[in-house]
Amino acid sequence: MAESINCDICSKLATVHLTQIVNGKIHKIDLCETCAKEKGVTDPNGFSLADLLASGVDNDGVDVSHSDLVCSVCGFTPEDYKKLGRLGCPSCYEDLAPMVEPMLAYMHKGVSHIGKKPENTLARVESRSKLTEIEDQLQNAIDEERYEDAAELRDQLLHLSKEEEGFHVH
Amino acid sequence: MSIRSFLSNRGELAQSSSTRSPIVMSTRIRLARNLAQFPFPGWAKKTQNEEVLGRCLEVTARIPQIKNPTGLRIDELSELERQILFERHLISRELSNEPEGAGVIISKDQSCSIMINEEDHLRIQVIKNGLHLKRTWNFINSIDSAVEESLDYAYSKDLGYLTACPTNVGTGLRASAMLHLPGLVVSGQMEKVVRAVNQLGIAVRGIFGEGSDASGSFFQISNQQTLGESEAEILKRLNSVMATIIEREEDAREKVLEDDRNKIFDKIGRAYGVLKNGHLLSSSEAMNRLSLIRLAIDFGSLAEQSRGLVDRLFIECQPGHIQFNANKEIEPNQRDVLRASYMREAFAKIPEPSFDHFTQ
Repeated sequence: MAESINCDICSKLATVHLTQIVNGKIHKIDLCETCAKEKGVTDPNGFSLADLLASGVDNDGVDVSHSDLVCSVCGFTPEDYKKLGRLGCPSCYEDLAPMVEPMLAYMHKGVSHIGKKPENTLARVESRSKLTEIEDQLQNAIDEERYEDAAELRDQLLHLSKEEEGFHVH
Repeated sequence: MSIRSFLSNRGELAQSSSTRSPIVMSTRIRLARNLAQFPFPGWAKKTQNEEVLGRCLEVTARIPQIKNPTGLRIDELSELERQILFERHLISRELSNEPEGAGVIISKDQSCSIMINEEDHLRIQVIKNGLHLKRTWNFINSIDSAVEESLDYAYSKDLGYLTACPTNVGTGLRASAMLHLPGLVVSGQMEKVVRAVNQLGIAVRGIFGEGSDASGSFFQISNQQTLGESEAEILKRLNSVMATIIEREEDAREKVLEDDRNKIFDKIGRAYGVLKNGHLLSSSEAMNRLSLIRLAIDFGSLAEQSRGLVDRLFIECQPGHIQFNANKEIEPNQRDVLRASYMREAFAKIPEPSFDHFTQ
């Protein structure tokens, strides 16, 4: 038997020992059966040491000292991240960027996405923003009494909203 | 379809007819996806999670790639039913433990499942027997695109698919293979292998410490990073690491057969004896003994036809499946009795391993 090591979380006898090297840094974690189960180490669906590290067992690379930050969409703060180990909503990535970005650099191979894009989503987003843009122009044209422009813009608008509807039919 | 009859179908992992191989038990890929307009499940209000669940169940139920899907709300399932889905790798422990607003869609052949409101709004997963990273990726890629036709995903040009945990952001892709590595375990090389692949950004999961045969010598190898690398690159790297591990495992087996064959033959023989004649069998003992039987098949000591049955028994020896087969909840001690009797029945049909071809 190897010498006994205690669990990093609850100090019971550790039976699960993990070692990972992320970006050249060695991380070791020793857990007891119960904590390993709780942390999902034995769950083949989704465990990664990085998750554990990110959730505060080992705080290297995770800076939660940005106490002034708050997500403008969902109200999430770095303090919440410390508790949950997860973010609140998609906008948190942007609004809490000073906290998130160093973590990403620490966890991942790069900091920019390379790979698949959600083509339909992007097309819909673009068409919606175009719609808003033309609506603004139309309002301007009406305000400035440029009625010929307004008629043309209204036609464009009708055409685009038909396309937009088309997206939902598929 | 009732949940009982659905569960009575064997899952992809328990099909005996499909492509099976030594060393690699199964390949799995999952994609983490979220809807653009909602907070992540762990931060959302109950009503928001309900809305996401409703929309996702509706959309995923009519994806052409998923034939005859079954959609389930986790809070409508019993503990035992959840346990069975977990043992089949169709849902995670987390989804099972936090059933409120959670759901899953599962294809009839149980090779594809989509968890709703787990850590992310959507966790799409495809699992196949044997090593099929490319085929699995092609399939899951088309499912993902079909879902995205009807739902706006949370995505940023810079960071890719946005996920609740920053460890999954980017491709949202986790690819893994379940490897059977008794040779590396027996020869004490596993820790060395783990350290080596960790340096390549690949994680190995396995429980060490409880003796060398822990958990049937199964290890899950998966990519650790999801941002800054394309799907194809992630899969390529994982594939090449896996090829190296497989090679090492083959070498280790060869060496054991050269140096210490009676020791391993003895282990196999005893495993067969216990499975065929035992009356009390815990699930971990069953796993470890079955692991040796699988090795015997790889050695040609047992017929290749038994592989499907043995791989199925790994799943059916788990606590949930023992109770499901008995059609009631059973205390752990009593389960060991039932498990042993189930194994005796199965092994009555498997002739004893022969090692004659090694001595000729």
